[in-house]
Amino acid sequence: MKKINQLAICLIAISFLVGINACKPKNAGNTVSSDAASKTYVAPGKYDEFYNFVSGGFSGQMSVYGLPSGRLLRVIPVFSLDPEKGYGFSEETKPMLNTSHGFVPWDDLHHVQLSKTNGEYDGRWVFGNANNTPRVARIDLKTFRTQEIIELPNSSGNHSSPFITENTEYVVAGTRFSVPPDDVNGDVPINTYKKNFKGTLSFISVGKEDGKMDIAFQIQCPGFNFDLSRAGKGVSHGWFFFSCYNTEQANTLLEVNASQRDKDFIMAVNWKKAEEYLKAGKGKKQAVRYAHNVYSDKTHSATSEIKTEVIVLDSKELKDLCYFIPCPKSPHGCDVSPTGEYIVGSGKLAALIPVFGYDKMIKAIAAKDYAGDFDGIPILKYESVLYGEVKKPGLGPLHTEFDNNGNAYTSMFVSSEIVKWNIKDLKVLDRVPTYYSVGHLCVAGGDTKTPTGKYLVAYNKITKDRYLPTGPELAQSAQLYDISGDKMQLLLDFPTIGEPHYAQIVPADLISKNSLKFFKIDDNANPYVSKGEGMTKVVREGNKVHVYMTAIRSHLAPDNIEGIKMGDEVYFHITNIEQDWDVPHGFAIKGSVNAELLIMPGETQTLKWVPDRVGMFPMYCTDFCSALHQEMQGYVRVSSAGSNTPISFSLGTNIPVADSANKK
Amino acid sequence: MKKLVVISLITCLGIFAYSCGGNTNSGAAGGGKTDETANGNPSYDPNRGEGKFTKVEIPASVDTTLAGAGAKVFNVKCQACHKLTGEKLVGPGWKGVTSRYTPEWIMNFITNTDAMLNKDPKAQAQLEICLVRMPNQNLSDDDARAIYEFQRKNDSGK
Repeated sequence: MKKINQLAICLIAISFLVGINACKPKNAGNTVSSDAASKTYVAPGKYDEFYNFVSGGFSGQMSVYGLPSGRLLRVIPVFSLDPEKGYGFSEETKPMLNTSHGFVPWDDLHHVQLSKTNGEYDGRWVFGNANNTPRVARIDLKTFRTQEIIELPNSSGNHSSPFITENTEYVVAGTRFSVPPDDVNGDVPINTYKKNFKGTLSFISVGKEDGKMDIAFQIQCPGFNFDLSRAGKGVSHGWFFFSCYNTEQANTLLEVNASQRDKDFIMAVNWKKAEEYLKAGKGKKQAVRYAHNVYSDKTHSATSEIKTEVIVLDSKELKDLCYFIPCPKSPHGCDVSPTGEYIVGSGKLAALIPVFGYDKMIKAIAAKDYAGDFDGIPILKYESVLYGEVKKPGLGPLHTEFDNNGNAYTSMFVSSEIVKWNIKDLKVLDRVPTYYSVGHLCVAGGDTKTPTGKYLVAYNKITKDRYLPTGPELAQSAQLYDISGDKMQLLLDFPTIGEPHYAQIVPADLISKNSLKFFKIDDNANPYVSKGEGMTKVVREGNKVHVYMTAIRSHLAPDNIEGIKMGDEVYFHITNIEQDWDVPHGFAIKGSVNAELLIMPGETQTLKWVPDRVGMFPMYCTDFCSALHQEMQGYVRVSSAGSNTPISFSLGTNIPVADSANKK
Repeated sequence: MKKLVVISLITCLGIFAYSCGGNTNSGAAGGGKTDETANGNPSYDPNRGEGKFTKVEIPASVDTTLAGAGAKVFNVKCQACHKLTGEKLVGPGWKGVTSRYTPEWIMNFITNTDAMLNKDPKAQAQLEICLVRMPNQNLSDDDARAIYEFQRKNDSGK
């Protein structure tokens, strides 16, 4: 009997072990089909088919991934300091983060938009928005660097941005927080929101050739929260659509107080009409202050200018400029179909997805089919503009993108899924889970006139058990789905930097063919460039000492510097005189309360250093450059303030007398 | 007690059935071929090297204007590593370089640097001495010709 007893215990034990081994936690482990790995495998040395530009959320940066592999290719510093690249630390890049509030070292980048021509990606620039201190940035896709940042007056929380028109005529920026305008005293009781707070939509023009941004005009609107926006395209080109919530105009406990009304609005803006009003001089000049920062690839440095005027159009006074389309329950996404015929509203708290017809909107406007007005702006009748409703799509619809087969894909935050539905008949075709709580999603080319389709990426807010635990703070994630068949198929999870909001996917060859390999040293117009080692020098101007230095594999010139005194400000102007791809040099000096420099071939960058003590300060190249990289170093001697050590600098000659004599 | 055995057996089976089988390793596709560089090509001309220059006409006397243009390129792109004497700095000194190599070899090496460092015996011999791969400084064809003329002028001692 005892034996049988033991046998039973053994069997129970075995069954437990087998159970534990075979059954992973119940998550997507079992929903991935066996060919997923081969579909995302990009062999070593091979390129990905797509670039994926992903917002970095509260990191303030933008990341670039390859798809379908999910490999992180680059993090582009945009609105936050990046000590690794010296961004915001070098004298040349500091002005990029200047604002009317002064130097702002951080922001929250939510949405990315690739520039478009005829409603298709043209591969020239990618834009990003700063959600906290309202700004829009333009990144050049030849260099993958932030080239321009413009601040937005009369705004707070630039959320519905940087969405763009089909020929990149305008990048828009709608304020999330309505606030009193900048030219009046904002020192008012908060509960005078309805009276004193205004919403502002900025239309930023983009130079056709150089991409230069300028605030063409602003439209002053009622005080709501403007959430997201999309430009009309094709038939609806000339219009812009903004989702609005808090039409209750609450100023506290918005979670409850901004969820009272059955319907909020999508605001339709006729920007062609706005251009007419602007031409007719209907805009009012308003005194404001905002920074406009531009980086030059010729001087390798940025300038920051404070501008003091903006032209404002009044949505209340100027007729036919704005209309409200009622949209259920605090709409978030308002996305426009590839043909421009349909506008999809996603009410965060709604149990359906309304699809509005552009032609129905135009007819309703012509027939003055109004259900009243709000602050002088006509409210169109919901039923008159509605094309149809997607019934029971899931819980918490947020964003919609489109494929090349007439289908739409909507992210469902509350029910953690992607729902595929047909734009024409509004029938739900498929649904797949996300892990977990998807926010934005994107389809390759999903906001263009002719989407590529093929892949969809979901950007999740919560990862919980998806990766090895890393303490309380976990990465957010992206999930790649194959959408080429009738059923969506999960292929891959990969973690992201910061919090990913919107992202875009673009065929790689549109961008890779234009990628710059290095800066031509002949074209370098930095005032402190050293074009060759013969031009290097150390110059004292009062208590400022300018070090003109070159870097090449593998030495700094000069590498022995003496005569620096306490109280001096030292500027290391370092020119990388290499002229080949992928040969950056780095620069760091001991005790510097600053970052490093990372200098690309042909570029000049400047590190400011204020010595804090007398003594010897080693400096070195931080980026492994050759077999003799560890030899790429030098010394700076710092003497007391009253010392009479003269400025001297050298390379290869500052040798002890005895050794020099031996050499001869 | 028999009951217990039966129960445990059932439990076992149950757990087996419940176990999400299929730990099938889909495995990464591919494998792919390994790239092998062709070594020892018999048609390789070690005096000319590899690159776009096959025959460069050199006038009898030094073209000082061209040499002057070469000096400008030298100051920006070469001087950090090469002395005009025979002394090695990072790379070899330039004294006598035009007598050691043909104009074609020099102009190919300074415009097609990586390819020659990978296969040219003389370039590889220098790399063993210097241990720093010469950077490709992206010289234009005209720059390369001017550099050669500047080297001739340096070797002429004038």
